Amino acid sequence: MGSAYALSRGDIFTPLIRNLGAIFVRGGKPRDVFAQYMAKATGPTRGRDLNVHFGWLSEEGSMPSVISMLGDMVSVLTGALLAERMKKRQTAALTWIGDGGVSTGAFHEGFNLACALKVPLVVIVENNKYAYSTPTYKQTANTRFVDRAKAYGCHGAEVDGNDVLAVYEVTRQALERARRGGGPSLIEADTMRMRGHAEHDDMKYVPASLLEEWSRKDPILRYETKLLERGMATPEELSAITAEVDAALAADVAAAEASPMPDPASGLDGVYGDRPTASPVPPLVADQARRGTS
Amino acid sequence: MPVLTYLEAIRLALLEEMQKDERVFVIGEDVGAYGGAFRVTAGFLDTFGESRVIDTPISESAIVGAAIGASLMGMRPVAEMQFIDFISCAFDMLVNYAAKTRYRWGAGVPIVVRGPCGGGVHGGPFHSQNPESYFMNVPGLKIVAPATPTDAKGLMTAAIRDPDPVIYLEHKFLYRRIKEDVPDGEIVTPIGQARVARVGRDVSILTYAAMLHVALEAAEAAARDGIDVEVVDLRTLLPLDEEAILRSAAKTGKVIVLHEATRTGGPGGEIAAVVAERAFDYLDAPVVRVAPPDTPVPYSPPLEDAFLPNAQKVGDAIRALVRY
Repeated sequence: MGSAYALSRGDIFTPLIRNLGAIFVRGGKPRDVFAQYMAKATGPTRGRDLNVHFGWLSEEGSMPSVISMLGDMVSVLTGALLAERMKKRQTAALTWIGDGGVSTGAFHEGFNLACALKVPLVVIVENNKYAYSTPTYKQTANTRFVDRAKAYGCHGAEVDGNDVLAVYEVTRQALERARRGGGPSLIEADTMRMRGHAEHDDMKYVPASLLEEWSRKDPILRYETKLLERGMATPEELSAITAEVDAALAADVAAAEASPMPDPASGLDGVYGDRPTASPVPPLVADQARRGTS
Repeated sequence: MPVLTYLEAIRLALLEEMQKDERVFVIGEDVGAYGGAFRVTAGFLDTFGESRVIDTPISESAIVGAAIGASLMGMRPVAEMQFIDFISCAFDMLVNYAAKTRYRWGAGVPIVVRGPCGGGVHGGPFHSQNPESYFMNVPGLKIVAPATPTDAKGLMTAAIRDPDPVIYLEHKFLYRRIKEDVPDGEIVTPIGQARVARVGRDVSILTYAAMLHVALEAAEAAARDGIDVEVVDLRTLLPLDEEAILRSAAKTGKVIVLHEATRTGGPGGEIAAVVAERAFDYLDAPVVRVAPPDTPVPYSPPLEDAFLPNAQKVGDAIRALVRY
């Protein structure tokens, strides 16, 4: 979330599935996300896709939708920035990738292209130690991902991924450098995935001691402590914010639950831009003018 | 009306669209200073500059990905695959990103991915392929495959202006071998419309790209034996012009599907299914496919000549259907 706050108006970003917070920072609504997860007609993809797989295009700052194939967004954002460059705009872009996602060919091709063309792209590698069940040392022989910046010929930086203010600052600097023509940055954020790959995953493959160690570095607790220590908030104020957010989320869940499921017939439209619906499946035996027996 | 080669027609369409619309740009390997491996974009760098004629690393996935991203921001990119065989390296981007975006969240991806396809020039297994079948099963994509300079120009213009991702297959055998008078000015060949290239009443050949010329040659030979062959140039493979297919099938009752993609899982199977489902009662013979065998495209001339369909093989099919 800290990194998303570093974006400016008009900047482009694509969150991955672990970057839900960034969507909210950039104007996304929890009720849309709930409706999307619940496969409702009112979700941003009208029940066609799941998870955070949705996007928008706007002058405020576009969010080209992520897809499941990791690494693809790096070249997509590179192309978006080329377009902005042709329009002579100072737009920058930000996306995230995991310690697993950087193993894809798409990531390499995309980031190498971004660096070769020197577009203002910032990529944050969230080193959260596991790609599903695979630890980083089985993902790569060099688990220090920031080293790759040198290989790509771009700026590299490391940050404590559980320090929200440090993440904000390192991203802000990288975006500023990018906008000045300094090219892409690769930022490695050191963090830990505290839950399974998805809800079905009990994460038995992660040593308990590791989770214990990282639970002491919880970024929300750390930020709250910092605010309290500096006298920038009182415990009562923080509790009030939490209660307010809880109530808003509960209302959004209820609204999403009350929303309709999509009409099955609606699933045919929007495949192409110049034809209203895909052809429905034809009747089993099509009407044919009989030629008679011959 | 200037006489243009197939390649010159493609080049002219690109050039004219780039002159008319500053959203149009080209991106690919060696498209700039070198002008493209086959010189389709020769001179473009001098005319339009580096920002609209973009040389890239050898990264087909990223080339198509970048085209997609630029199109989302309002541009009309034309991405070159140096040989269309390399489109397999960009398969994910086309199939998972470009094709599904409009359906998923409503954003159009108006890109053209173009490149030289096809055999007959002894390019071997990796410089001769016809990849249309892989993509015909992907809703959201469009696929065009011109056979003539006029259609090469008209389909390129249509592809660039189309709201959806279009795979533009240009047959390298035709590049400099096929010439014709191409009308001056704007030509737009509608995507999704076939053309009757030769009117006939006895047998229909449904085909496209380089095989159109094989079909016409076979039709002329058959005419000398009194057989009147109709040839339909499909021009677009996705979406198929089913009405044109059915009109010709109903007219002649005997259908040959001719293509250079290999036989199993090739376009012929789909076209035959359309005819079987919707024109069964009109048929007087089984639908016949004339296509290469299920092997990679071999390199050595005698091997490739044996692999590719030719007028004699098509003639055999015509005669077999007439006798049926």
